[in-house]
Amino acid sequence: MTTIDTGAVPAPADTASYRICRFSGLRIEANAELLIKVNAVAAVIFLAVGGLMGLLVALTRWPAVQLLPAEWFYLVLTGHGANVLLFWIIFFEIAVLYFASAVILGSRLAAPKVAWLAFILMVVGAVMANYAVLRGDSTVMFTSYPPMQASQWFYLSLIIFAVGALIATFIFFGTLVVAKNEQTYDGSVPLVTFGAITAGIIAVFTLASGAIILIPTWFWSLGLITNIDTLMYKVVWWGMGHSSQQINVSAHVSIWYAIGAMVVGAKPLSEKVSRTAFFMYILFLQLASAHHILAEPGMSSSWKIVNTSYMMYLAVMGSMIHGLTVPGAIEAAQRRNGFTRGAFEWLTKAPWGNPAFAGMFLSLVMFGFIGGISGVVLGTEQLNVLMHNTIYVPGHFHGTVVAGTTLAFMAMTYLVVPLIFQRDIIWPGLAKWQPFVFGIGAGGISLFMMGAGTLGVARRHWDISLTDAAHAYEFPAAAYLMMGLNGIFAIMAATGGVMFILVVVASILAGPRLDVAGAKLRFPLHDRSRESVTEYGSHGTLKLPGTLILVGIFFACFVLYYFVNWKYLSELWQFY
Amino acid sequence: MAITPPSNRLWWKEPIHGIELAWIVIAFLWGLFMFFFMIAWHFIGQQNLSNETYKIRPELYVERVEAFATEFQATGDDGAPLEEDGVPVVRPPAGGDAYILARLWEFWPILELKKGESYRLHLSSADWQHGFSLQPTNINISVHPGYEHIINLTPTQSGVFGIVCNEFCGIGHHTMTGRIRVVD
Repeated sequence: MTTIDTGAVPAPADTASYRICRFSGLRIEANAELLIKVNAVAAVIFLAVGGLMGLLVALTRWPAVQLLPAEWFYLVLTGHGANVLLFWIIFFEIAVLYFASAVILGSRLAAPKVAWLAFILMVVGAVMANYAVLRGDSTVMFTSYPPMQASQWFYLSLIIFAVGALIATFIFFGTLVVAKNEQTYDGSVPLVTFGAITAGIIAVFTLASGAIILIPTWFWSLGLITNIDTLMYKVVWWGMGHSSQQINVSAHVSIWYAIGAMVVGAKPLSEKVSRTAFFMYILFLQLASAHHILAEPGMSSSWKIVNTSYMMYLAVMGSMIHGLTVPGAIEAAQRRNGFTRGAFEWLTKAPWGNPAFAGMFLSLVMFGFIGGISGVVLGTEQLNVLMHNTIYVPGHFHGTVVAGTTLAFMAMTYLVVPLIFQRDIIWPGLAKWQPFVFGIGAGGISLFMMGAGTLGVARRHWDISLTDAAHAYEFPAAAYLMMGLNGIFAIMAATGGVMFILVVVASILAGPRLDVAGAKLRFPLHDRSRESVTEYGSHGTLKLPGTLILVGIFFACFVLYYFVNWKYLSELWQFY
Repeated sequence: MAITPPSNRLWWKEPIHGIELAWIVIAFLWGLFMFFFMIAWHFIGQQNLSNETYKIRPELYVERVEAFATEFQATGDDGAPLEEDGVPVVRPPAGGDAYILARLWEFWPILELKKGESYRLHLSSADWQHGFSLQPTNINISVHPGYEHIINLTPTQSGVFGIVCNEFCGIGHHTMTGRIRVVD
């Protein structure tokens, strides 16, 4: 009998401690659970800080209010971008990556001590960035375009944060290897994990781009380098800036699938199609840097066209596929749950009272209709000239990142709190309304900013009345109206944000305990016993009339809006 | 479910359902259309951003714009050089070169163009990045220091047009404007 010497390699599996979740049946390891908790808590703290800053920005841009003085406005706007777009989103994404690897695969987390190091680096970076911004000498906006210079601490803080996030991403990949080696699952990884892997791969590309540009820029701020080329900076910086939004897309699409599965028992219509759509993201989403270079001198039209279209819109196609398969999977599941009447009973009888479902579905609809369509129009080479750097741009990305990603992450939090923190939602009444208040607010700010941008209002601009300007220019009255409405909806979104933070913090601190015998969830998960009743999706028995109607409306809006903008462009002055 | 491994281990061998396949084909064709429409607009459209760009030292660009303004400054009926808000009004020859300098915090000088005439408009910055946003026509172009961008521009409307800076350029950003006048 041969023996294999395993003495050199400790068997960490033995030391890891697991519990079985009573509600989901998932096997959850203690380290993974704790690290998900701390990353999620950090995320919510930065959401609170950044969200407050966002409200101050919107109230300043409301011409009748103009809350902050100019200097403070630009400072707070810089902080708003960093806190919500980077810190809230990436902390939460790290929690999602750990969840999608360790929890969903029932594995232990690889190298938990290193994961703690990653977390500490991220916290140090995020706090340092806020310090640099609040000191007042780093009011350079989130994008920090040279030759405008921030203090060295600003660039250094972002580098430290990015290194931490990169380490955490590798912990995620390591956990996948551990799960595979320890055979904690059978066959291929679940779709949600597959989507998270997509997010992880894009994250590596993104963070590498960030390092490539921020490290020399930091040297420049220290006086070690004399010049940073402005165009090169933009091309590489947006390799981080825009591609990091593709981490969000991959992450929140995964969350849509996860919530669909957990709340209504949705199963992907076709694993092959959904996975291919994610794969399209890996191949093509990185080209998105071009979206910010379309109105720039110095890059050729060919480069712009190929890159801005993600290589012939193949990544857009990925998103359009998810736009069918996510509601399709939910419709199929709901029909299997017994809601078969008409085209839309599956939707009207959906668990709208469950904030996880409501948030997820609103996120899906608004990401597609507002963020998605406007993104393609904005990213069309010639059409970009109509909107470049107007407030249409923040309108677009509040449709993707706030109404899409943030709302999806909030929805996911309503599952993370009971399943990971083992505390139930403390005020279900408040939680039930939260996705609607926040979602409608976020949808409103997106639409009104887009409207004002169409009328030419600039982004990152303190005073649209141009009172102290060298030459007066009067924006149309409609632009003022739009900015006022934007302020009102920002108050609504902020109210939704406060509701979210209240519910989550109070639930974590004082929610009913779920680790006691007989505890029941206030917002129940889907009854898994129904799960394997029918196989569907591959035998041509699929009936999805509701989804087809929704997708048809979406496509009609898309095509219409696309051509309206070409019409508008054709009426401009001529230039070539 | 999406959070469990695929129930069919050979999931990549499952046939794709007709509904999904149809949507994939539609999405793919629409993507191709949008892709080729951008290329087509370079041939059929009148609004395409120029690729003509030169590297230039910002100091040199400032000198050129000043020389241009001196040479072509408009004169009023009394023969005196024309100014508005203390900024020279410059009438470049139709079909010729016109310069705009973006700097903290103004677009300089004021141009007076003729409707329907074409101009080679030079854009660059003396210092930081700026955003050339022509209102209310809504043409938005980034302006970089060190890069001279040349756009063949033909105004199709007459009137007074504002230029608003829409790239954040420091504390005076919201005071940075310029003007183009278009006469019939």
